[in-house]
Amino acid sequence: MRQPAEFSTRDDGAIALAGPLTVATVGPLDRQLRALDQPVAAVDLSAVTAIDTVGAWIAWRLARDAQAPITGASAEAQRLIEAVSRAEAEVDVHAPRAEMAERVPAAVGDLVVSWWQGTLGVVGFLGQLILALGHILRNPRMLRGKALVRQLELVGVSALGIIGLMSFLVGIVIAQQGAVQLQQFGAEVYTVNLTGRLAMRELGVLMTAIMVAGRSGSAFAAQIGTMKLTEEVDAMRTIGVSPLIVLVVPRVLAAVLMMPLLGFYAAILAIIGGAAISDLALGIPFLTFLLRIQEVVPIRDLWVGLVKAPFFGAIIALAGCYQGIQVKANAEEVGMRTTLAVVQAIFMVIVLDAFFAVFFTKIGWG
Amino acid sequence: MTHAASPDPIVIENLVNRFGDHAIHEGLSLTVRRGEILGVVGGSGTGKSVLMRSIIGLQVPESGSITVLGRSITDAQDDDDIDIRARWGVLFQGGALFSTLTVGENVEVPLREFYPELGDDLLHEIAAYKVMLSGLPEEAVGKYPAELSGGMKKRAGLARALALDPELLFLDEPTAGLDPIGAAAFDRLTRALQETLGLTVFLITHDLDTLYEICDRVAVLADKRVIAVGTIPELLATDHPWIQEYFNGPRGRAARDSRARRTGAAGGGAGEALAATPRQAADTVDKSAPGGA
Repeated sequence: MRQPAEFSTRDDGAIALAGPLTVATVGPLDRQLRALDQPVAAVDLSAVTAIDTVGAWIAWRLARDAQAPITGASAEAQRLIEAVSRAEAEVDVHAPRAEMAERVPAAVGDLVVSWWQGTLGVVGFLGQLILALGHILRNPRMLRGKALVRQLELVGVSALGIIGLMSFLVGIVIAQQGAVQLQQFGAEVYTVNLTGRLAMRELGVLMTAIMVAGRSGSAFAAQIGTMKLTEEVDAMRTIGVSPLIVLVVPRVLAAVLMMPLLGFYAAILAIIGGAAISDLALGIPFLTFLLRIQEVVPIRDLWVGLVKAPFFGAIIALAGCYQGIQVKANAEEVGMRTTLAVVQAIFMVIVLDAFFAVFFTKIGWG
Repeated sequence: MTHAASPDPIVIENLVNRFGDHAIHEGLSLTVRRGEILGVVGGSGTGKSVLMRSIIGLQVPESGSITVLGRSITDAQDDDDIDIRARWGVLFQGGALFSTLTVGENVEVPLREFYPELGDDLLHEIAAYKVMLSGLPEEAVGKYPAELSGGMKKRAGLARALALDPELLFLDEPTAGLDPIGAAAFDRLTRALQETLGLTVFLITHDLDTLYEICDRVAVLADKRVIAVGTIPELLATDHPWIQEYFNGPRGRAARDSRARRTGAAGGGAGEALAATPRQAADTVDKSAPGGA
């Protein structure tokens, strides 16, 4: 191991430092010197074998606090002590932090203000988006076709695998768990109704929305946020290209267009999953299950599911793009905004879903 | 520090770096001598930064050997094998400060990593004087990188690079993006720190003024290798067209003339700069914050 730096007190009251006085060796010495409670007549460095700025700092601090001279310093030591003595600063390394009693109300206040401003911001953003869409309706050539197709692919086509698998498994779970309960009444044949209606009305679209929020909503926020950091968005503005039309509109349109398709696809896969497990575990043949679906699921259930889908898509894309645009300072904010985008999107989707459930019951589509 | 009679701190032999089919370095050899400031120049895309990344072990070269402070970087199996990290400091182009930490906390990161036995009080003191040594004002210690200007970020990055009192300092375009006054001040700071702390400096730059002001020798990267190393007069004596164009172009001549004017008129040594910089910083603090603490 390294030889540590040491100190000893001489008879004349001088403190003699010895050994290598470097950042690697002064840790224990620093603690001992801080605990030292005696007058220091002088600081002697003649037994020091090596010194760097940390060692020089410690020697100089000792001398400064005791108003004592430094003796026996080599030329190198003198040079370093000279340098650190000029760089002395009494400052706090950490950012200033207010008292608890001050911080808590401030945090609450910030939260309220930012909630209100966030609401205003979202409404403003929605307004800007509608204006941009209006522009595009009048000049359809402003629509970035390539960007839209690319986003359609990213949001829709590349999600097919994971959403299909997820829905298939969800279908299995509903059918299997439902059958266990229904068997107690001898009504396991209603497993078909349960699976079919749940998948069409609720689960297909809702699970798809959650998956799209996690896959694409987060991607929107991170992409646009990073582009803000690298000043790409500013560059677009300067050239006269609207970031809203180039970045936001294709993403929102892609999510709005793809959500109903993905939701329908997810519902179908869930029913197939239910049919598969019924064939294997309940003794209901696969094709019989599918035929029964036609009889017990009213076409209205399909509409209930599909009407919701574009709204969910719009919310997910809006949350993602809005949070991305809000990024200002640093890389950490991109991560924070991305998380926020996903959380907000899923939360709003579920709130809206509850609203739709009540709405459809009231108009007699229950 | 005790490193007497040790060989040259950086020795590179027959380095080959390739990205796919595109060769960056082909048989590059370079030796950096102890205690010098070596400037590395070359056109854009000649692999100056790749060379630095190879030396500090961030880029694994295809072949060739690199020895830093007596240790082979190219033979290291993984990051832990490079056990000389405590003996060098690196200033990246944009400063590369950790954005969630204040400047002072940034400086403490390497100290805490390598010397966990140091007490918190000492760490704070070290961080504070390192930041001051780098010519930043006192109040910068507790600020976050996002609150600093580009030039201050570079100085903060330098403070972090110097945190462990390294023997070797790597600077990647330290004056790029600084205004001429800030760049000249940074040059003086580099020279002063090099003289005070006895550093060996590996300095990548495009700045001709930096080359004339502070570099002991200059290495020229072209044709995928180091085509020449030497003092600027020595380089001017070679007849490689790139070197001639580089130093005898309008900017090269302007830098040489300004250097000649300054040394003729004042003859001021760079050693005074260290004395000037923290003092000036302290003065501005006093004026700008009379009611402070």
